[in-house]
Amino acid sequence: MSETPHTIEDDPQPPAAEPTVEPEGAASPGAERRRVHDIWVAGTEEPEYVAHATDEGAQEMLPRDLDPAIRIQQGVAVVDDYLEEPQIIEDERQILNMGPQHPATHGVLRLHLELEGETIRRVKPIIGYLHTGMEKTAETLNYMQGGTNVTRMDYLSPLNNELAYALAVEQLLGVEIPARAQAIRVLMTELNRIASHLIWVATFGMDIGALSMMIYGFREREAVLAFFEKVTGLRMNHNYIRPGGVAADLPPGWEDDVDGALDIVRAGLDDYVDLLNGNPIFIDRTQGVGVITPEEAQAYGVTGPIARAAGVNFDLRKAFPYSGIEQYDFDIPLGKHGDTYDRYLVRMEEIRQSMRIVEQVVETMPAGDYRTDDRKVTPPPRKRIDESMEALIHHFKLFTEGFKVPAGEVYQAVESPRGELGMHLVSKGGAKPWRLHVRTPSFATVQALPVMMTDLLVADVIATLASLDPVLGDVDR
Amino acid sequence: MAGQVDNHPSFLLTTLEKGVNWTRTRSMWPATFGLACCAIEMMATGAAHHDLARFGMEVFRASPRQADLMVVAGRLSQKMAPVLRQVYDQMAEPKWVISMGACASTGGMFNNYALVQGVDEIVPVDIYVPGCPPGPQSLMHGILTLQEKIMAGEIRRSTGIV
Amino acid sequence: MADETTPIEAVEDTDGGGTAEEPRVLPDDPILAKLAEAFPEVAFTSFQPLVGPRQDTAHVSRDELLAFVEAVKAAGFETFIDLSATDHLVSDPRYDVNINLLSMQHAQRLLIKVVVPGGEPTVPSISEIYAGANFYEREAWDLFGIEFAGHTDLTRLLLPDDWEGHPLRKDYSVGSVPVQFKGSHKSS
Repeated sequence: MSETPHTIEDDPQPPAAEPTVEPEGAASPGAERRRVHDIWVAGTEEPEYVAHATDEGAQEMLPRDLDPAIRIQQGVAVVDDYLEEPQIIEDERQILNMGPQHPATHGVLRLHLELEGETIRRVKPIIGYLHTGMEKTAETLNYMQGGTNVTRMDYLSPLNNELAYALAVEQLLGVEIPARAQAIRVLMTELNRIASHLIWVATFGMDIGALSMMIYGFREREAVLAFFEKVTGLRMNHNYIRPGGVAADLPPGWEDDVDGALDIVRAGLDDYVDLLNGNPIFIDRTQGVGVITPEEAQAYGVTGPIARAAGVNFDLRKAFPYSGIEQYDFDIPLGKHGDTYDRYLVRMEEIRQSMRIVEQVVETMPAGDYRTDDRKVTPPPRKRIDESMEALIHHFKLFTEGFKVPAGEVYQAVESPRGELGMHLVSKGGAKPWRLHVRTPSFATVQALPVMMTDLLVADVIATLASLDPVLGDVDR
Repeated sequence: MAGQVDNHPSFLLTTLEKGVNWTRTRSMWPATFGLACCAIEMMATGAAHHDLARFGMEVFRASPRQADLMVVAGRLSQKMAPVLRQVYDQMAEPKWVISMGACASTGGMFNNYALVQGVDEIVPVDIYVPGCPPGPQSLMHGILTLQEKIMAGEIRRSTGIV
Repeated sequence: MADETTPIEAVEDTDGGGTAEEPRVLPDDPILAKLAEAFPEVAFTSFQPLVGPRQDTAHVSRDELLAFVEAVKAAGFETFIDLSATDHLVSDPRYDVNINLLSMQHAQRLLIKVVVPGGEPTVPSISEIYAGANFYEREAWDLFGIEFAGHTDLTRLLLPDDWEGHPLRKDYSVGSVPVQFKGSHKSS
């Protein structure tokens, strides 16, 4: 087998008949068995280890009767083979496999649910079905191309990824960004937040059962996407925010376009509030469901609307402001209970606050450059290439080799619609990053799933998962 | 290749063939196989603004047994490849595959260890829709091209040949 | 902590010319200064970036890591942000493990850097201290091959279980497939 370390020693075979467990993909007869770290006896108070329910051993729910003193759980281990059926365990626990192809898992997330009747006892998320090797690809792309790579990680808010990357590169370069470029960045990322939360409410509503929400959410989002297409050329995955500024200036008449888009979104939001907020079915399905406490959120690194719905008063835009966002007036909505309903309310209010920021940007957009003047970093305007030899040389070097970034290491984070999105960039002085590690918010969220889902019903699992807004491109990269 | 075509003489059944082909195209049910960013554009195509329902395709069936079109929307990682094949195998004939986006068609910009460089290494593809991601209009053009392809084709396709 | 008998780190060299070792600079920040006093072997560096908070780095050895992380958590860094690794390939020690922590109450970040030699890539696991480190350590194992001693379930996370090798190491190629253009070979 591969180089899996055996940090836990084998225990002697218990007296009951034990099936041999074959790890997936290995046929070696000497395959070691890995055991669960602790045993939870059903019916007793859950020990805190349940929070570590993800550490089960590779893709298996392991037998739980290894300690002969506790012979309650006589489980039969299920081989994680896609074609095998889950087996009924003597104590009436059943393992249900959800995903990776599933309409309600928001992407290719796979969950192993251990059910006792309809109640979830343990959850194990299995990820990696969308692993794209983006961190490795980032080492082969120069800094102007790097935006195309990172933008596809969290594909619902691509401009936030680009912004974090650009901030990290600019820090190592030591360039200052002109005020207009910063304001454009704020405009685009806040509009992206609105678009992302609209998709979230669309899929969330659909998963809860309000099927029309899917249509409404996408309808409002089209208004924002039309603006994005006008400015950046693409509806998604724009590569618009680049190190040095933004790729192109806003087209004339953009203020009216933004106002029009916001009017459409505002009308839609009022509709959603009428439709959902007081709806008794919606409230029943979401209140008290999928609770996470502030301490758990901090221990797992869950940030963003999920943590704020639990009462953690922290938003990177207020605590560590970037891109000039401190000039704008906005509030941070906070929840109290940390359940699904609070997450819904927090996100709805965040859309309104983002609209407030966008309106302020429209009013106060400064004139000036949309990218830094430094010709070593940003290409010269096209018509200068005919006139100046130096401009031609700069253009050539930038588009063949790319600019070189001085050696250093930096971590820059932005507040994406899912939480803290950070880029840890290590440069050794070349034109390509030596190492780019992306700290994505959905990775921490998926890790914290067992904490939120234990002792819920299966239907609540769907509601909780939908309310967390995981994006699997973010999780797997 | 999209399945081998059986060259049986069908001059007597031309109208019937045309009719069957027509019904197949007008009520194709896609299986949900959205993987990444292209899935979002696929959902946007099904939503109100671009509206796939007018082509009979609004019903996205989660169960592959009930679906006849698989739109592979997004990048296919090595870990997901057996799943794709299994879902494809579970679909009943006649079935078609649209490979949506650059990553599904050729591996896209991610020419690395983690991705399958084109889903046609795993399943036979009928239509490739380029774009990163392809906008809803491109996807619809691809679907309409598939409909033309079906209308022009024969109704009997040998099964079991990949 | 309190039991070093070697004179090397014990004395702060204020004029900088007396000993052969670099003078140890205590950080200004009170929390970090307290940590620096408690852990004399740990070096602190810091810089103020153009955007965002001051970036402090604590260079910790593998042996002290668990004690240091406990102390940091007790000092108010309650939020776990990130754990990642870097492969420097030609320098020794080969790997860096970077642990990024956040204190929401003090609005401060701290990066803990642990160097790991290539020949024996083992680091103590901090998943007992910060529950969030669990998946991150599995990912570092998966992509780099760095073992985290004491982790309850160090198995592949992102790659298929039967994958051989650790892709993000610098001696693992990116795995690109040469692109075939039309006309370069005839297809059937």
